[in-house]
Amino acid sequence: MEQLLNQIKKGKVWPFPGGIHPPGQKTLSSTQPITRLPLPDKLVVPLKQHIGANGQLIVEKGQRVLKGQALTQPIANWSVPVHAPTSGVIEDICHAPSAHPSALPELSVIIIPDGEDTWCELHVASDPSKLSHEQLIDIIHQSGIAGMGGAGFPTYIKADSRKAIEYLVVNAVECEPYITADDLLMQEHAQGIINGIEVMQQLLTPTLTIVGIEDNKPDAIAAMKKAAQHADNIIVQTVPTIYPSGGEKQLIKLLTNKEVPSGGIPADIGVLVQNVGTLFAINQAVYEGKPLIERVITVTGNTIHKPGNVWALLGTEIKHLLDCQGFSPVPQQRVVMGGPMMGFTLPTVRIGVVKTTNCILAPDHNELAEPGPEKACIRCSACADACPASLLPQQLQWFAKSQEYDKLKEHNLFDCIECGACAYVCPSEIPLVQYYRVAKAEIKEKQEEQIKAERAKVRFELRNARLEREQEARKNRHKRKPATEKSADEKQKIADALARVSNKPAKDDEKSAVAAAIARAKAKKQGDQLEPDNSEVAKERAARKEQARLYKEQKAAADTNEATHSDAPVDDKKSAVAAAIARAKAKKAAQADASTTTGDALVDDKKAAVAAAIARAKAKKAAQADASTTTEDAPVDDKKAAVAAAIARAKAKKAAQAEQLAASKNNNTEETTVENTPADDKKAAVAAAIARAKAKKAAQAEQLAASEKVNTEEATIENTPVDDKKAAIAAAIARAKAKKAAQAEQLAASEKVNTEEETVENTPVDDKKAAIAAAIARAKAKKAAKEQADEANPQTETSETSATFEQNIEAQAPVKEKPELTAQEKKKAAVAAAIARAKAKKLLKEGSDKS
Amino acid sequence: MKLTMASSPHSHSHKSLSRLMLTVILACIPGLIAQLYFFGTGVLIQLILALVTVSVCEAIIMRIRKRAIWPALSDGSAWLTGVLLALSIPPLAPWWVIVIGCFFAIVIVKQLYGGLGFNLFNPAMAAYVLLLISFPVQMTSWLPVNELLGKSIDLSQQLALIFNGFTSSGFSLDQMRVGVDGVTMATPLDTIKTDVAHGLTVSESMQNPLFNQWTGLGWGWVNLGFLVGGLYLIKAKIINWHIPVGIIAMLSVCSAIGYIASPGTEPGVVFHLFSGATMMGAFFIATDPVSAATTNRGRLIYGAFIGLLVYLIRTFGGFPDAMAFAVLLLNMAVPLIDYYTQPRTYGHGVNK
Repeated sequence: MEQLLNQIKKGKVWPFPGGIHPPGQKTLSSTQPITRLPLPDKLVVPLKQHIGANGQLIVEKGQRVLKGQALTQPIANWSVPVHAPTSGVIEDICHAPSAHPSALPELSVIIIPDGEDTWCELHVASDPSKLSHEQLIDIIHQSGIAGMGGAGFPTYIKADSRKAIEYLVVNAVECEPYITADDLLMQEHAQGIINGIEVMQQLLTPTLTIVGIEDNKPDAIAAMKKAAQHADNIIVQTVPTIYPSGGEKQLIKLLTNKEVPSGGIPADIGVLVQNVGTLFAINQAVYEGKPLIERVITVTGNTIHKPGNVWALLGTEIKHLLDCQGFSPVPQQRVVMGGPMMGFTLPTVRIGVVKTTNCILAPDHNELAEPGPEKACIRCSACADACPASLLPQQLQWFAKSQEYDKLKEHNLFDCIECGACAYVCPSEIPLVQYYRVAKAEIKEKQEEQIKAERAKVRFELRNARLEREQEARKNRHKRKPATEKSADEKQKIADALARVSNKPAKDDEKSAVAAAIARAKAKKQGDQLEPDNSEVAKERAARKEQARLYKEQKAAADTNEATHSDAPVDDKKSAVAAAIARAKAKKAAQADASTTTGDALVDDKKAAVAAAIARAKAKKAAQADASTTTEDAPVDDKKAAVAAAIARAKAKKAAQAEQLAASKNNNTEETTVENTPADDKKAAVAAAIARAKAKKAAQAEQLAASEKVNTEEATIENTPVDDKKAAIAAAIARAKAKKAAQAEQLAASEKVNTEEETVENTPVDDKKAAIAAAIARAKAKKAAKEQADEANPQTETSETSATFEQNIEAQAPVKEKPELTAQEKKKAAVAAAIARAKAKKLLKEGSDKS
Repeated sequence: MKLTMASSPHSHSHKSLSRLMLTVILACIPGLIAQLYFFGTGVLIQLILALVTVSVCEAIIMRIRKRAIWPALSDGSAWLTGVLLALSIPPLAPWWVIVIGCFFAIVIVKQLYGGLGFNLFNPAMAAYVLLLISFPVQMTSWLPVNELLGKSIDLSQQLALIFNGFTSSGFSLDQMRVGVDGVTMATPLDTIKTDVAHGLTVSESMQNPLFNQWTGLGWGWVNLGFLVGGLYLIKAKIINWHIPVGIIAMLSVCSAIGYIASPGTEPGVVFHLFSGATMMGAFFIATDPVSAATTNRGRLIYGAFIGLLVYLIRTFGGFPDAMAFAVLLLNMAVPLIDYYTQPRTYGHGVNK
């Protein structure tokens, strides 16, 4: 780094590979000072004279404009304004052929000069060195300055580089034959250029500014060295005359031994290149307040009588330039904008000069011979020897001819700078650059097509998906709703199965809870699509539920018969009761469903979800209990069952009361969580709280009565003195019921949904239901309580469970698969337990968060 | 005003294909003069035969392909092929040898592959190998240098030998090749090879009047002539230095190693460099742009392998010289060499 800086300061340059030495022809135009042209009759000012977007037109036809007045204002990024080059009247605003290889018509402002050349008001900063960064950028932007070396890149963007600039390289090389505009500008306005450099230094704070000038311009070198005397951070470097040393990348290599990475920009390696013309324009803008309205143009060639450099107003027609310098065209005259190597021929001379026009070359046939016919390539590789980018032009040419785009890319076609050195040396006179231009255009076109095709594909797929959705929605609304519900069902089954599987090895696996929640959420979504349905749909659903209920009943009955083999005395009764309950509930549910779906669907869903979770939790516990205790407890169960029913009823009432209490008072921790949540959430929370409280009881009771080792964690248990007897009985009941409950889980879960509290309070049937619910809750809660201590971050949302519920209503799988019911139910219970746990955790967490 | 449109660049170096080919032909002159001096005017007769044949063949093919005849002929590539082939074969070989060779080079090797720029193989060398394999006797019947000839042969006798196979006095070419001592003279490379095979050392073999101190009589000068012409080509930037340097360096290294390892059976570096077709091959044959490697690194590799093959075939192979075989073999490897020797493009790789 230091070393590089020292080498640069010592004047070292690093030659780039290749390059050619075409005859300079510069003395044609470099001997006379820059002259000023008489005002033309007409100016054609294109709105776009740079890379980027047009500015927005702010003048109109017929309007009188003053010299320097903005014709457009920048709108989007990279848009640069253009200004009136002289005072006059806007004759028209129309499309006119532009200074482009294709003479592509561009929107242009046609100004008829009034001959007075009156400036608009100019704002000159008193001390530019005191201007802020933003103010300077704004001046450069508003003055319409774009790179004047050829590319026309908006200068304000470069000057506002986000990347740190180490070297500011000033391109004064002017390596193209014939052109001497920069040469003369440096000779006559070196101080102005240095001022421009200092503005850029102020903006970019580079370590060093290197001005690169070819050694065929001794006068310019002297002038620049003199002007830069005072500044030791500006060095004027003489570089050997070789084309294309003025190419940005080549100049960077030449002056700093760095290479711009392929596809990158110089700023990537801390280098920024500015043309001398641009820097002079910056000087004009900052120190004199003048926007960019004129530039130096070399008018040269053997058909020009007085070749030389002129100050030309932007928009001056080429014809005016040629006429003023004297022009006697030859047959098949070529008029080139730019130099002989990279310039392009113009189809007409009625084109306005633009910010990037540095030369008008009108050669005769002796100095620049017409290209001969293309001959066969003999692979002599003279082109490769001349290529400054170390490409293999000869290979590229073969690939371009055979349209092998992959090979072209492999051989780095896009690193070609189109300098024309290869075509210049080609003994077969193959227009190599033309082949590359065409190939590049074809590749770009192909890529665009590909992008378009991809977009079309996406669009097509989206459309198909939408049509499908719409069709499905129509089906749901009018015809075959069950079909979709079934599919939802199946989804649920899969989700359940997944949850079961993942739950089996570790029952308190959080992941399974999350997975279940996700599955539920998905199912819910599916369900949601059915939401917009009206009462008709609700009725349909009710009817289906009724069907389902009947079917389940039958199944349950059959099942209980089977189950009797092990627990005959208990199960008979239980099943009978359960069946009755289920039936009652189903009816209720159907009614509730029908009445509430439209309005309160969500509310019910949530409630239902809680209930469902409880039910499932219970089932699980029951399954456990079943395995361990059924044999012992069987004889006792009869009595217990009776008592338990009563107890359960009582408890249910209590629960209902407690809930009301909780809702109103928000006393304990769980309840505080509820404060800010919607009403349904509150209810859910309360339900959970109750369940947990009961769970404690149940747990204690269980310990006492059955001396089972069914996990009681004293730490988790809070308070509430418990009636021992009650508890004992309840526990037993719970256990006994467990099995039945497990079987009836689907029923219970589904039917409890819409009924909940009302049911508990209103009817005897509901009491029983409540009992079951209570038992469920107890079991669940115990489990939840156990988990509370050591689990974290549940993601489940109460509302999500509603989806599960909806699915459960219709779920028939367990019923159908009776033979392996117990095992299945166990698994199901595991899922349910996970859900309950997650829920409980969430509540607890919310509680702790809020408290 | 009607303006002419053209794509950039509008300037050209004025290099042209015909000028390039012509320069190469002109650069053959020093070698040609040496051959004329040492081996007689027969080479001129061969040259004329070759030029006529290639022109006729090229013209006929162009006609058949419905292309303009003169542009194809005037690019000079066919003539160059003819010149190189004429300089490669024995000066007094029968006329039909060169005619067959030229026909094969232009019609089969060049035009049937698509014409200039499309041929895989060097036409002159492919034809040379065809001739060598088809007519081994005629293709190896080099006369000894003039001063060793028992009888002097004037132009009319040479013409008679080339077109009839016998001189006016009834001598055949083989009889003409008998030296003053009555022993048939072979080329220096051949002589050394045969002698070494017969158990002689190189220094014993070099006692033969065919040799001067360093290399074969006359052959050294012919090679020197081509070296001069070749250096001019490099100076005129018609060819790059990479291929000749690759060939000469590799051949030097190999023969030096051989000489050090077995001085008795190895003739040494100078002999290898200035015998047979070494210089002509290095500067005029292997550098044929169409069939040679196109990257500079590739050219070094290409040249080095030719040098290696030349040495190996000369030393261990069945033929006294090997330039044609080596060039043809490496022609086949060119696509591979080119692919793996692409130069590093600006902005790729370094300076990250």
